[in-house]
Amino acid sequence: MMDKRLWIGLALAGLIAPYLFYEVTLAKLVCFALFAVAFNLLIGYAGLLSFGHAAFFGSAAYVCGYVVRDLHLGPELGVVAGTLAAGLLGALFGSLAIRRQGIYFAMITLALAQIVYFIALKSPITGGEDGMQGVKAATALFGLVSIESNRARYYFALVVALLGFAVVYRAIHSPFGAVLKAIRENEPRALSLGYKVERVKLLAFVLSAALAGTAGSLKAIVLEAATLTDIRWTMSGEVVLMTLLGGMGTVTGPIVGAFTVAGVESWLANIGQAAEVSAWLRAITSAQVVMGLIFIFCVLLFRRGIVGELQHVMKRNLNL
Amino acid sequence: MEFKQVLQQAMLGLYNGAFYAILSLGLAVIFGLLNIINFAHGALYMLGAFVALIGLTLLGGWLGSPDLAIGYWASLIVAPVVVGLLGVVIERTMLRRLYQFDHLYGLLLTFGIALVIQGLFTQFFNTSGEPYPGIPPVLQGATDLGFMIFPKYRLWVVSVSLAVCLGTWFMIERTQLGAYLRAGTEKPDVVRAFGINVPLMITLTYAFGVGLAALAGVLAVGTVQPSPVMGAEMIIKVFAIVVIGGMGSIIGSVATGFLLGMVEGVTKVIYPEAADVVIFVLMAIVLLLRPAGLFGKE
Repeated sequence: MMDKRLWIGLALAGLIAPYLFYEVTLAKLVCFALFAVAFNLLIGYAGLLSFGHAAFFGSAAYVCGYVVRDLHLGPELGVVAGTLAAGLLGALFGSLAIRRQGIYFAMITLALAQIVYFIALKSPITGGEDGMQGVKAATALFGLVSIESNRARYYFALVVALLGFAVVYRAIHSPFGAVLKAIRENEPRALSLGYKVERVKLLAFVLSAALAGTAGSLKAIVLEAATLTDIRWTMSGEVVLMTLLGGMGTVTGPIVGAFTVAGVESWLANIGQAAEVSAWLRAITSAQVVMGLIFIFCVLLFRRGIVGELQHVMKRNLNL
Repeated sequence: MEFKQVLQQAMLGLYNGAFYAILSLGLAVIFGLLNIINFAHGALYMLGAFVALIGLTLLGGWLGSPDLAIGYWASLIVAPVVVGLLGVVIERTMLRRLYQFDHLYGLLLTFGIALVIQGLFTQFFNTSGEPYPGIPPVLQGATDLGFMIFPKYRLWVVSVSLAVCLGTWFMIERTQLGAYLRAGTEKPDVVRAFGINVPLMITLTYAFGVGLAALAGVLAVGTVQPSPVMGAEMIIKVFAIVVIGGMGSIIGSVATGFLLGMVEGVTKVIYPEAADVVIFVLMAIVLLLRPAGLFGKE
């Protein structure tokens, strides 16, 4: 019952939001939320810390941009192509990285993602340093609905993101999700129970990569651009932070985290632009420094994250 | 003719390898005792370069006396000490609280530290870097090695790196102190029962590891302009080298570091487009064939 309310609440909030906030910012937040939800499937439910998820997010953005801008195909095809490309890349990287665990896994995903970054930097298709600008949907969505206006693009992103959340939700509340959690808690035991641990982990990795790709493709559509920022390792760090701050292994945590991190960042950007601030204030309010400080704070004192902490408090009060 | 060119590039690659070796050695030392991958390593390497730059160009002005500038030779000592002290603070105030949790938290914490350091420097210094004006004349110019003319500075860096790496290896594998360190990695409780102050040993190990990173940073100022982002791309390559070498052994991190520097150098002549990614591609191949790494045991 609780779950049904959650979904209705999310959908309603998403519907009303553009009447209260700027649509383009909102659309971007929705994309990040989907990215973080996809990432959380790995870290929160399989205990795998991927530090290279920007590779999937960013390469999908480029693929989608290429399909929409250069091949003049519809935005829905762009998103499908981006998702598939990220899923394939995920299968490739996953099959390599899954051989090692823990911090090794993190380092390997990071290093593999760096290859993708260099390709994006050097390839003539991606526009190098400038990125892929002017990704405008040439045709209407499914040939029916135009998404030329900001609001239409926002709703498109919202619907796709909600579908993505539903896929993840379904996955973690299925036998597959139960096996994932078992692997996270005690891998040798899951192995001895006869589960094909590597295959399950790889499947989770591919699913997570593909959905991160959906998020990246959406971002290319709603912001009409794919950039190097989407694919650089700092983006991988950002999605880790969103998930950590919101609450790893909680259903809504990554969404809350994504909105908080991206919200704080745009707020900080305003401070930085104010002319009267001193150099030191500008330095400590720069996005990178604040991101680092939130990281340190979360790891040292706030490991459950916002939603995790709330759940913990609620549970404790109910038990009293 | 062709062979000579490859040999020359391999020699020049040895120079990059010298940095990879010192950095991956520091990571291996820290990993050995703390079980933490120090993501801040790149930022602390950058910090080492900036201690040298600031010490030479700005410090005198800040203190009101130009005589107080710290030259290149002094920086080789001062930078590791300053960064090592910062390492003591980081380990005592932050890392120490995390040993009881999943090792991933150590990685995330040091990532946060890296962002803060790098972010602060980005605000105050130009990202494209400023040249270091204080390379001693004795290290400038080139020397004839017989088969090629080799820049003296590069020769100096390769020698320092080799000496530091061998010294560290000797200390850890062949001395009493090293025996305590290795025992502390395996059985901290037993070592403590022998009256060894294990927490202090851990602190000093972290300080030593990051001090090595800072030393590499000072060495880098001879050919790289100190810039806030110099550590960020470097550290990812070093991670790949660590994966290739296998985290288990000190000698593995050093040998792989030098070897891959040379491979990268040779790639620059044979297929220049691949030079930036050859290390990562090799990592993928090694993972396929030998997941534990070249020198790792599993």
